[in-house]
Amino acid sequence: MALSLSTPAKSAGRGAEPAPRNSPLRRKRNRERLRTLGFLSPWLVGFSVFFGYPLIATVYFSFMHYNQIKAPTFVGLRNWRYVLEQMPLFGPALWNTLWLVVVMVALRVVFGLGIGLLITKIKTGVGLFRTAFYIPYLAPPVAATVAFVFLLNPSTGPVNEILSWLGLHGPSWFNDPNWSKPSLVLLSLWGIGDLMVIFMASLLDVPKEQYEAADLDGAGSWTKFRYVTWPAITPIVLFAVVTGVVQTMQYYTQALVAGKLASGVSIGPGTVIQPGYPDHSTLTVPQLVYSMGFQNFNTGAACVLSLVLFAIAMAVTLLLMRKSVGLIPAED
Amino acid sequence: MTTPTLTRPDTAVVSRPSGTDAARHRRKRVLNWIAVHSVAVALALFFVLPFVFVLLTSVMSDDQAMSGDLWPDSWNWSNYSTVFHTPGFLSWWRNSLMYALVGTVFTVCSSVPVAYALAKFRFRGRRTAMILVISTMMLPPQVIIIPMYLVWAQQFHLSGSLWPLIIPMAFGDAYSIFLLRQFLLTIPQEYIESAKVDGCGEFRTLLKIVVPMAKPGIAAIALFQFFYCWNDYFGPQIYAAQNPGAWTLSYGLESFKSAHAVNWNLTMAATLLVMAPVIIVFFFAQKAFVEGVTLTGVKG
Repeated sequence: MALSLSTPAKSAGRGAEPAPRNSPLRRKRNRERLRTLGFLSPWLVGFSVFFGYPLIATVYFSFMHYNQIKAPTFVGLRNWRYVLEQMPLFGPALWNTLWLVVVMVALRVVFGLGIGLLITKIKTGVGLFRTAFYIPYLAPPVAATVAFVFLLNPSTGPVNEILSWLGLHGPSWFNDPNWSKPSLVLLSLWGIGDLMVIFMASLLDVPKEQYEAADLDGAGSWTKFRYVTWPAITPIVLFAVVTGVVQTMQYYTQALVAGKLASGVSIGPGTVIQPGYPDHSTLTVPQLVYSMGFQNFNTGAACVLSLVLFAIAMAVTLLLMRKSVGLIPAED
Repeated sequence: MTTPTLTRPDTAVVSRPSGTDAARHRRKRVLNWIAVHSVAVALALFFVLPFVFVLLTSVMSDDQAMSGDLWPDSWNWSNYSTVFHTPGFLSWWRNSLMYALVGTVFTVCSSVPVAYALAKFRFRGRRTAMILVISTMMLPPQVIIIPMYLVWAQQFHLSGSLWPLIIPMAFGDAYSIFLLRQFLLTIPQEYIESAKVDGCGEFRTLLKIVVPMAKPGIAAIALFQFFYCWNDYFGPQIYAAQNPGAWTLSYGLESFKSAHAVNWNLTMAATLLVMAPVIIVFFFAQKAFVEGVTLTGVKG
C-alpha cells in the first residue's frame, strides 16, 4: 500500500518538464500528498501491523516447528505434508466447511430472496412482519446457538415436543451426525434478516414501468420474475453469494458452541474436548486452526491450516467476483 | 401487483358483462391477499416462536424446565435475579460494555478520516487502496490469529485481557471504512469545494461539513461495531479465556450453560439477558441500522 502511494511522487518528478523545485504547483502537490497520507495513516499503520505482518508471519511459521515455548526450528515442508497427507481431522473439517459453504449459502440466498419477494407483496402489517423477520438476525450468535440447542433438544426440546403432538418422531438434531449440519443451517436461516433487508431494498428499486410493460404483454408471474426482476437484482444476488461464502468459510462460533453444548460435557478448567461433536460432523477448518494452535500448541500445522483456508477463501471470492462488474466498488 | 390477464383484453370485454369480470378480479385479489398473508404468518411463527419458547422456559421451575413442558406452571421471575447474582455475570456485562463502547469509539475516530480520503481525495493508488480494504474484509480472522496472539502474549503480555481486541480498532476497521466510504460518495462534492473556497482547511471541512452530513452513515458503522464487539466470541476466547475476570457476556454465556448442565431455565434467562441490550438498542436506532445494511448490499 505504502509503495503504490509513493509512486506518483517519483513519476511526477520524472515528467517531461520537471517543475522547478519551489514552484507553487509542486508545493501544492506535495501538500496534497502529505494530506492524503495523513488522513490514511490510521489505516496504513493498521493494515501493515494487523494484516501484512501476521500474514507473512503465518507463512513463516508454516515452515517451522514451534510449540510456543522453545524457539522455532525450520522443518521445511513437513507441516504441509502432515496437514495435507496425514492429519486425521483435516479431511472431515474441510468436507464440513465446504458442505456448509454450498448448502448454507444456497439456502440462505433462496430463502432470503423468497422472504424479500414476499415482503414486497404484503399489503397489511408490513412493518410488523418486517420486524419479526429481522429481529433474529440481531440475536448474538452464542445466545442464538444456546437457544437452538435447547429448542432442538431431542428428548425435551419444544420442537420435538410439538412434532410428537403431530404424531411425528423428531430427529436427534444436534446429537445426530446426519442432522447436526442441517440443524446449523436451520439456525442460520433463522438469522436471515440482513439478506432480507438487502433483497427487499433491491426489489423495490426495480423500475415499476418494466412490470407494467410486462403486464401489457400478458406476462405471467414467472415470466416477470425471469425477465424483469432477476436481471435487475443479479448483482445483489452475487454480492450475497460472495459475502455468504466468505462468512461461511469463517464459520466457527455456532458450530463450536452447538457441538460443545449438545455433547453435554461440562467444561472445567483444563478440559480439552474434541471439537466437532457428534463424530466430527460439526468440525470446521477454523475450529481445527484453533484446536491445533491453542490446544495442541502445534503452531506450524495451525498456520498451514490457516493458509489453506485463506487460499480457498481467496480463490472462491476471486472466481465469483470475476463473474461480475457490479461488485467492484464504484469509482464515482 | 395486479393479476395478469392471460386472455386478450378485447375478447374479455366483448364476451362477458364487465360486472362479472370486475367481481372475478376482486375475488382473485382477495384470494391473493389471503395466500400471501398466510405464508407470512407461518413464516413469522418460525421467526418469533423461538423467542417465545425461550421466554416461557426462562420462568419455569428447575424441575419443569427439564420436563419438556411448553407452558410454565408458575412464573418464576426470580430466575432472572438468580442469574444476575451468579458470580461473574455482572463483570461479564461490564467487560462486554467496555469492549463494545471503547471499541466503537476507536473504530469511528480512526475510520472516518480514512473513509473520507478514499471517497473524496484524488490520488494515485486509490483503487488499489480500496481493493486492499475489501480484501481485509474478506480475510477469515483465523488466518492471522496465531502470529497476532503470539505478539500480544509474548511481546506485550496483554493476553488475559480484551486490549488485544480493542487496540487494533484505533487503526481503522475495513468494514466500517468500506461502508462509510459508500455513504460519503453520495455527499455532493460542491459542499466540500465551497467550504474550501470559504477558507476551511481539510480537517475542518471534515469535522464541520462532512461529519454532520454523514451522521446516518456514522451511526450505522457505530451500531455495527457495537454489535460486533457485543457478539464476538472468537476474540474473547483467544485472549480472555484464561482469565475469567476478562470474560464477556458472549463467552461467559457458553460456560454458564456448561456449569449449569441441567438448569435450562436459568440458561434461557441468561440467554435473554444477553440478547436484550441488542434488541433494545435496535428499537431505538432501527432506521440507522436498516440503512446501514442496505448501504453495504445495494450501493456496493
